[in-house]
Amino acid sequence: MTGKVPADAPARRAEVLARIAAALVDRPASSAVPRDYQHRLPDHVDVLDLFAERVADYRSTVHRTDAAGLAATVAAAIADRGIRRLVVPGGIPEGWLAACPAERIGDDPPLSVEELDGIDGTITGCAVAIAETGTFVLDAGSGQGRRVLSLLPDRLICVVTADQVVGTVPEALARLEPARPQTWVSGPSATSDIELERIEGVHGPRILDVVLVDRPG
Amino acid sequence: MTVPAEPVPPIHATTRRPLPTFRGTPPFPEAARTALADPQLRANLRRATTTIRDKRSRVVAEREDWEQLRLAGAAIKDEVLRDLPALLERLERAVVAAGGVVHWARDAADANAIVIEVARAHGTTEVVKVKSMTTQEIELNEALAIEGIDVWETDLAEMIVQLGHDLPSHILVPAIHRNRTEIRDIFRDEMGKVGRPAPADLTDDPKQLAEAARRHLREKFLRARVAVSGGNFAVAETGTIAVVESEGNGRMCLTLPDVLITVLGIEKLVPTWRDLEVFLQLLPRSATAERMNPYTSMWTGVTPGDGPQEFHLVLLDNGRTDVLSDQVGRQALRCIRCSACLNVCPVYERTGGRAYGSPYPGPIGAILTPQLRGIAHHPVDKQTASLPFASSLCGACFDACPVRIDIPEVLVHLRAQVVEHAARSHRIPTPEAGSMAAAGWVLQTARRLGRAERLASLGGRVVGRRGAIGRLPAPGWAGAWLRRRDLRTPARESFRAWWRRTGGRDDAR
Repeated sequence: MTGKVPADAPARRAEVLARIAAALVDRPASSAVPRDYQHRLPDHVDVLDLFAERVADYRSTVHRTDAAGLAATVAAAIADRGIRRLVVPGGIPEGWLAACPAERIGDDPPLSVEELDGIDGTITGCAVAIAETGTFVLDAGSGQGRRVLSLLPDRLICVVTADQVVGTVPEALARLEPARPQTWVSGPSATSDIELERIEGVHGPRILDVVLVDRPG
Repeated sequence: MTVPAEPVPPIHATTRRPLPTFRGTPPFPEAARTALADPQLRANLRRATTTIRDKRSRVVAEREDWEQLRLAGAAIKDEVLRDLPALLERLERAVVAAGGVVHWARDAADANAIVIEVARAHGTTEVVKVKSMTTQEIELNEALAIEGIDVWETDLAEMIVQLGHDLPSHILVPAIHRNRTEIRDIFRDEMGKVGRPAPADLTDDPKQLAEAARRHLREKFLRARVAVSGGNFAVAETGTIAVVESEGNGRMCLTLPDVLITVLGIEKLVPTWRDLEVFLQLLPRSATAERMNPYTSMWTGVTPGDGPQEFHLVLLDNGRTDVLSDQVGRQALRCIRCSACLNVCPVYERTGGRAYGSPYPGPIGAILTPQLRGIAHHPVDKQTASLPFASSLCGACFDACPVRIDIPEVLVHLRAQVVEHAARSHRIPTPEAGSMAAAGWVLQTARRLGRAERLASLGGRVVGRRGAIGRLPAPGWAGAWLRRRDLRTPARESFRAWWRRTGGRDDAR
């Protein structure tokens, strides 16, 4: 059925466009968009410290380590969260999971939603992270996989490397490829729908660990 | 485009209960009186709006460039409105190139018919839905119910409203009028009728309530084949749609089903990918008072092997071009549905959202609903005509608006339209028609206001010896008006004149 359109579709399209043209008959004046808002953080701000602080503000757990300590940190997070079976998307570096205590489950061939729903946790990399807002962005690239992998299991571990962390939202957008499906994640799933009291954990992963890999030295 | 007569209300296929509707809401003053008589409602609202106001002030104060972001946001949206035909065609090309199908809907009936046709083509009897103001506006759930298709609202607050056979009362937190105990009762009584029941020992602890919602909806997410969403932003340049949310129900709907239908108002565009950098900063701080909301999903057409493999984008007019045709009122189309104006509004805080008789309550609703219903072009029903008067014109909404919609200016403008319609149907100008038209003209520019204030000030010196103008032998309607009121003498010097003269120095009186 993809692509099937009702018979009067061209007429509807033409009518909407004609209505818009008629509504703009006064030809509103054009003016440049002022862009003198902040694009970068001041030089004295340490983006890694700020990222760690802002992620923790969302009540997710931040583990800071370096390349040498990464495998042990990931293993400890997996064990602490009681993850027995772990979804491992294609492209995760072998070194991250050198000490992994959980059974690893790949997504090739793709897992069904029922299978995924029955798995404890997922580990993922990311495309970019934003210090100012405590956000990491998944773009289904290598080490991340399909969007659903980071959605159904209740525990999510995201590894962020120092070179992926930028200061601001404008810097992050400049690094991202619009055509890729993206999920921007800022803390665990949450709601404020009951008396505007924030509760962590509704439909997405309720437990979020972010492992931040500092620059060497 | 008058409000059609109410037919037999649509029935929810599973529960066999009629779906509630905003139709038949009495004019605002009457609806407000009912709301004001409900102390529970007022307590819930006061608590909620106070909390969110304080949080918002804190995260906004964190950004020294907040005003620059607002100016950029307003300018980008104005650019969208100015170049709308070209941008919509550009969006359409980009979405089609990425494997999506684009539909154009003149009105609610078109949009609903398109969604029904897609759902039917897949033989589904239910759809899961991401919270969306646009689909509430077109009463999509009702239209699908008539076709025997159930809609499951998956946002927690929307689900509370739906299970409670209730109407939403806030753009962002539709169940803001319900407290935790009421929510517990609704879950306990209603969940089992439409799916997995709430646990028997459910308390009113919000954590437990959220857990019950998670379990109840999980089975629906896993089996859903068709999802319907709105969209917060659509990037014309790339064809990318963005949905901003908190709970993950949006991700479920946007990721798990085979088919995704997004209903998008034509004003929801931004021209370029880069423009998102402004709105992804303005929206979360203004809406949930967070630096960033937990989840933002972005997708462009169809991604092979990831997410829905069939994507339909419905571009909806439904009165938006009427709004666009009004040179003063069109700024309402900048709105990004953050609801900051509701949370700061003294009227909304006391009456709640349902008194506004539309999915768009509060200050933005008071200017958007009448315009979507065609007030610029023809007389509207009494309820619609009452909305521009549902305000004290205090201006808090303008200060809070992240895209600088001058809501008081539009309110005054719409009041003039209401009384003009009335005057035309009476054939004799009413006093309000004259004064509102004059007020609208005077308030339009700062220079005119300055001059008017100077004139009033001169007049005041002639007649205002006792500090008040009372019981003047004024002719006609002005005399009638003054019989009931004393008029304060205008100040000898207006604030604007004083400011011009002194630059605000207190010692230079």
